[in-house]
Amino acid sequence: MRFCRLKAIAVKEVLQIWRDPRSLMIALLLPFTQMFLLGYGVNLDLKHIPVCTFDREGSQLSQALFKHFQASQYFAIVRNVSSYPELRAAIDAADCSLGIVVPPDFSERLNDAGAASVQAVLDASDDNTANIAFGYASAVVSGYASDVQLTQIDRQGRTLQQIEPMVVQSRVWFNEDLESRNFIIPGLVAVIMALVGAQLTSLTISREWERGTMELLISTPVQPNEVMFGKLLPYLVMGWLDAAFCLAIAALWFGVPYRGTIAALFLTTTLFLFVVLSIGYLLSVLIRSQVGASQIALLLTMLPTMLLSGYVFPIDQMPKVIQDVTYLIYSRYYVEIVKDLFLKGSSITELAMPIMFLIVYALAVTVLAARAFRKRLD
Amino acid sequence: MLEHALSSRLKFARIAAIVVKEFIELKRDKWARFRLIVPTLIQMLLFGYAATYEVYHVSTAVLDLDHSQESRELLSLFTASTRFDVVKVAQTQREIAAAIDGGDAAVALVVHAGFAELLRKGQSAPLQVIVDGTNSNTALIALGYVNVIAAGFAQDYATDLAERTLGVSGMNPVQVTIEQRPWFNEDLNGQWFFVPGLIGTLTLVIIVNLTAFAIVREREIGTLEQIMVSPIRPVELILGKTVPFFAIGLGEVALIVAVGILWFQVPFVGNPFVLLLGSSLFLLSTLALGLLISTLCSTQQQAFSMNFFVLNPFFILSGFSFPISSMPKVLQWMTYINPLRYYLIVIRGTFLKGVGLSVLWPELAAMAAIAFVLLAASILRFRKTLE
Repeated sequence: MRFCRLKAIAVKEVLQIWRDPRSLMIALLLPFTQMFLLGYGVNLDLKHIPVCTFDREGSQLSQALFKHFQASQYFAIVRNVSSYPELRAAIDAADCSLGIVVPPDFSERLNDAGAASVQAVLDASDDNTANIAFGYASAVVSGYASDVQLTQIDRQGRTLQQIEPMVVQSRVWFNEDLESRNFIIPGLVAVIMALVGAQLTSLTISREWERGTMELLISTPVQPNEVMFGKLLPYLVMGWLDAAFCLAIAALWFGVPYRGTIAALFLTTTLFLFVVLSIGYLLSVLIRSQVGASQIALLLTMLPTMLLSGYVFPIDQMPKVIQDVTYLIYSRYYVEIVKDLFLKGSSITELAMPIMFLIVYALAVTVLAARAFRKRLD
Repeated sequence: MLEHALSSRLKFARIAAIVVKEFIELKRDKWARFRLIVPTLIQMLLFGYAATYEVYHVSTAVLDLDHSQESRELLSLFTASTRFDVVKVAQTQREIAAAIDGGDAAVALVVHAGFAELLRKGQSAPLQVIVDGTNSNTALIALGYVNVIAAGFAQDYATDLAERTLGVSGMNPVQVTIEQRPWFNEDLNGQWFFVPGLIGTLTLVIIVNLTAFAIVREREIGTLEQIMVSPIRPVELILGKTVPFFAIGLGEVALIVAVGILWFQVPFVGNPFVLLLGSSLFLLSTLALGLLISTLCSTQQQAFSMNFFVLNPFFILSGFSFPISSMPKVLQWMTYINPLRYYLIVIRGTFLKGVGLSVLWPELAAMAAIAFVLLAASILRFRKTLE
């Protein structure tokens, strides 16, 4: 490999990028705007879940229960319905995702037996929201129960007895406020970088073929390795810029705590960029037509990165076979690294596994790309 | 006069010619058929299993410093639950911390010495829980299950104690229970929510990706000039390009829906014609979007970048994985121009809820409006670039 030839290719590529300012703008603005915009969109925390109440009793006690729901930040009572069909219609139209039904004998049971029950009708077509809403509703109801108990004790002039024989003291590590944004935004950086990186390079060789400049390139003494590294280098610089933008927005604008070292972040990001760019390059070499290259790049990056990288859907909850498949998704390693760097402040040694996988990936792709790129006109 | 009026009207024959041309091109491209079917099937199968927020088998570390019957009983409840997998029985606090730090366990349960004594005295005995909050959703749900199991234990113990010490129940704590009535999806099966969602998402990606290159490709390989010198008008060209993609899209939707129903066993309780109508409108709006991208870009590279630029927000701001109600107001407004948002409501509504036109008409109307605006925009835009 000769450095001067590599440099020549790099300079040529820089000129080509420079002369297509629209593509350059897209490549630089795309990650920036997406990070900024979508950072607000990636939120799994539920607040103000719309609730319909169906009070079949209309007593003081039942109204007090609804006041507890109203007071909770997790619920917003949107409507009071007076029949099951009306409740059904509200849930059908997605006006509410939870219906609280108080039975007609609620007060009676509560006063006589000290035990009553209410119904939580859940729109389980969204099972996650239903699950979480039910958890919050249970907490509201048990808060209500102890309130009722307190007033009863008060009335009877007795002293408070032990109510709970056991308490759960929970402590949350790494993401202390359990904010979903804190774990999804670092993942979003990885996703955006994977998408941008693949599209930066995936057209670089097929463009030469389709425009006929490949013949010129082949007639020069340049070696395949020099072409590859020469073409990757300018895009690596662009990738650094993009990554710096995204990571800065994550940490500074969205306030995701960063607990790792900058050196570890730089090292792993560079490694990941190299993998992503060389995969784009490999595809570009393998597939002659630009449409083919881009379609494959899109298929390989877009949805797999979003669904199989663990950035939203936890990998350890997937079936074993799918978990095995995720090892092929290179973004999964970077998602893991960035999350751990941000929230856990992991060191390089703790991240040895995903880093090793990325290195193996980088080597394999480079070798494949070098093999695939033959200077032949056929 | 009459002849002029006629010639300015759409000529069906010219549209048909474009349709035939597109089909011939597709037929020649052997790879295209493969690209259209195989990746779609593979992705649907993979993602159908991958996309879930359900929480099972949470890796759990336990530390019992009390070594009492009560503590063993409590921890055995966790061992027995399918929600938790006890992966480590620790001997010291340090081991617990290491397990959480290293990601070997997501939940740690610690029973301190004196737990049983406190319980027997009728005082509040603590169960310490440490949760790896990195994935807040999993952590939240896992914590919920810990609370349920702990509450069950506490309840049993209290009843037991009351019976033993008082003979009859003395002052029972007031109990208000809440019963779960999950409609449409009684077992809270996560696949039932995500598999219908995947139908829309996969279709969006495939169709936009196909159509975004439809015109820019002709422009770049020079065949657009040949079309321009023919008597075909912009409207006819765009409509002619629309028909084959629409047919392909319907085929893709049918394929994906079949996988969802036959393989993933998601029940379809609604009216198939409502789904067909919704899918058609969705297809029209997505391929209009692709065509607009195609007319806006002058190179395929630009079209490719635009795809990413457009698809990623469409995906995230659709309600597929992130609830729209949790987004800031401004972002919620932006979702109104996203056809996927409406299609997901239609798909989930027809699949699980079985609702019909009376509920879904606003979504269908919105998709029709989006399709119309985008198609008109791409025709206008194309006319402009011709001049």
